[in-house]
Amino acid sequence: MIAVGVTTLRLTRHQHAVMVGHCYDGLPDEACGLLLGPMIGGVATGVITDTRPCVNADASARTYTVAPKDMLRAMRAAESAGVEIVGVWHSHTHTTAYPSPTDVRQAVDPGWIYPIVSLRDGAPVMRAYRIVAEVITEVPIEIVA
Amino acid sequence: MAVTISIPTVLRTQTDGQANVEVDGATVGAVFDEVISRFPGLKANLVGDDGGLHKFVNVFVDDEDIRYLDGLDTKLDDGASIAILPAVAGGA
Repeated sequence: MIAVGVTTLRLTRHQHAVMVGHCYDGLPDEACGLLLGPMIGGVATGVITDTRPCVNADASARTYTVAPKDMLRAMRAAESAGVEIVGVWHSHTHTTAYPSPTDVRQAVDPGWIYPIVSLRDGAPVMRAYRIVAEVITEVPIEIVA
Repeated sequence: MAVTISIPTVLRTQTDGQANVEVDGATVGAVFDEVISRFPGLKANLVGDDGGLHKFVNVFVDDEDIRYLDGLDTKLDDGASIAILPAVAGGA
């Protein structure tokens, strides 16, 4: 059922800045946001058309839940643009940019991309993953102009 | 009365790839019964063990969360738009 994997997550500098900036804005809590873009066969292509910062309804430094209203708004925006929600990014404030057991267990869609921004060290570190049937596969990130 | 349900990508494997499904029903619960009868694979994603709304799904009727309305008993107007959205969560 799962089509071929995404080879690369392609972000513009602006999109990358929006994602990392939102993670800093969320401190001391975890922050989260949704990625919009095309899908082929139910799988993200790696092309992102919109980065949408969302409210962390948990307001927690340990967990996040995308506020349901933000999820609805993202779905409506995706419908209007003829694309899909293709992923969710979130921050790890005190750990590395690697999916936690909770991230893996609660991964919602095997076709999505899951970028994680670690703010543990001096500089932010973003890495991205597919999570399919609890198997984690890293997706390289390419910053395009 | 006819309403439209939008299906998230992760559940479209259960609806033959359809993103929107039109069904009849006077309440959200009745509409769920109808759509589950057509696409039985949706049941495990929509209904919890207690028969209520599954805890990892959010349902909106015309942009209002049914948890703040009458849940599965929420009444529907003709032409209402129902959005089914997965709960998106995780944590370090």
